[in-house]
Amino acid sequence: MAKIVAGVGCSHVPAIGAALDMGKSGEDYWKPVFDGFARSREIMAELKPDIVIEVYNDHGTAFSLQYIPTFCLGVAPEFKPADEGWGPRPVPMVYGDPEFAWHLVESLILSEFDMTIVNEMEVDHGLTVPLSLMFGQVKEWPCPVIPLCVNVVTYPPPTGKRCFALGRAIRKAVEEYPKDLRVVIFGTGGMSHQIHGERCGLINSAWDKSFLDRLTADPQGLAQVPHKEYVREAGAEGIEMVMWLIMRGALDDNAKEAYRFYHVPASNTAVGNIILTNPGA
Amino acid sequence: MSKSEEYSDIPGTYLFDKNACAKGYQLNNFCMSLMKDENRKAFLADEPSYLDKYKLTEAQRQAVLDRNWLKMIQEGGNIYYVSKLGATSGFSFEAMAASMAGTTRENYRNMMIGGGRPIQGNRSKAEQAAAAQKKGTV
Repeated sequence: MAKIVAGVGCSHVPAIGAALDMGKSGEDYWKPVFDGFARSREIMAELKPDIVIEVYNDHGTAFSLQYIPTFCLGVAPEFKPADEGWGPRPVPMVYGDPEFAWHLVESLILSEFDMTIVNEMEVDHGLTVPLSLMFGQVKEWPCPVIPLCVNVVTYPPPTGKRCFALGRAIRKAVEEYPKDLRVVIFGTGGMSHQIHGERCGLINSAWDKSFLDRLTADPQGLAQVPHKEYVREAGAEGIEMVMWLIMRGALDDNAKEAYRFYHVPASNTAVGNIILTNPGA
Repeated sequence: MSKSEEYSDIPGTYLFDKNACAKGYQLNNFCMSLMKDENRKAFLADEPSYLDKYKLTEAQRQAVLDRNWLKMIQEGGNIYYVSKLGATSGFSFEAMAASMAGTTRENYRNMMIGGGRPIQGNRSKAEQAAAAQKKGTV
């Protein structure tokens, strides 16, 4: 039987990917960011995931405004890193697992989460930056990755409560899968940031730290936080953090915090990383 | 959960909601086209002709030609789309952000290194108006 062993919350700032790709990770500005993820990579190596389910959002890359699916799941054998307007990131092809992904699709839809099924999709920094941070600059990603893409760009995104419930349904789906697989789920995006308008550059470290605390200690309460509080307190684009609740919902209630890192700034954004492990992971 | 109209008291913020999505549809489609290298080249070679292919409003068209980032957002542009125009025309995100915030790149960069724009004083228009009034009476 497959089992979710851990959850990862991780920012996906594009500038972090660019800094890595251009060999700037040792520079004074970037070093504290990358130093903070050194321990994360060690923990990932210890966790040895057989598969990653990565919750992220597309930033006008695979989806234009023509179609705006709220939740979609990639069932393709591979997902190519996209050219977002400045050339594709020099990172490995992302390989999926169609059999496992179709199992998730079936189970989730029959659990009344009406996923959009995606047979072909390029993936942007939202997906590839967390992979770089958690696995490093590698020739191949260490395991297949199932992209679970969420609309958080066009209002309204799904509610925190709905995201948490989707996580619960993902856990059930994983546990129904007959193969013995160690699954790690990523929730990505955030933390506080606003990258448009006169309020550009907003950071709210106190709110972010409280979010990280509640993610472990009070996830059900955190799932009740309305969108408007995210937008007001954590910046318009900070709404991405609702995606971390999908990750949290997929874990056990008593999951423990194994690691946390927080830093300001990376470009316009507060960077956060948290690793939560299930009992017996 | 709040409807999009209830966000209007958050200062300097343009929720990408039903109104912005409809108003900015053509503008964002134009920006999306810049994902392709041949389109980037065609746009830069002759901006007015390229823009003729999209049904932009006069305000949107002028904002694009002027690289007026804040105006594009106010006219329904979404930052993730608009930033493709930034990348195409050699603007760093920092330059775009500083322009939207009405400051210099250096000031903006220093603000971010110093911990970012603080939440205090930036939560709501009502809070800002009250603070301005208080300042005026001192």
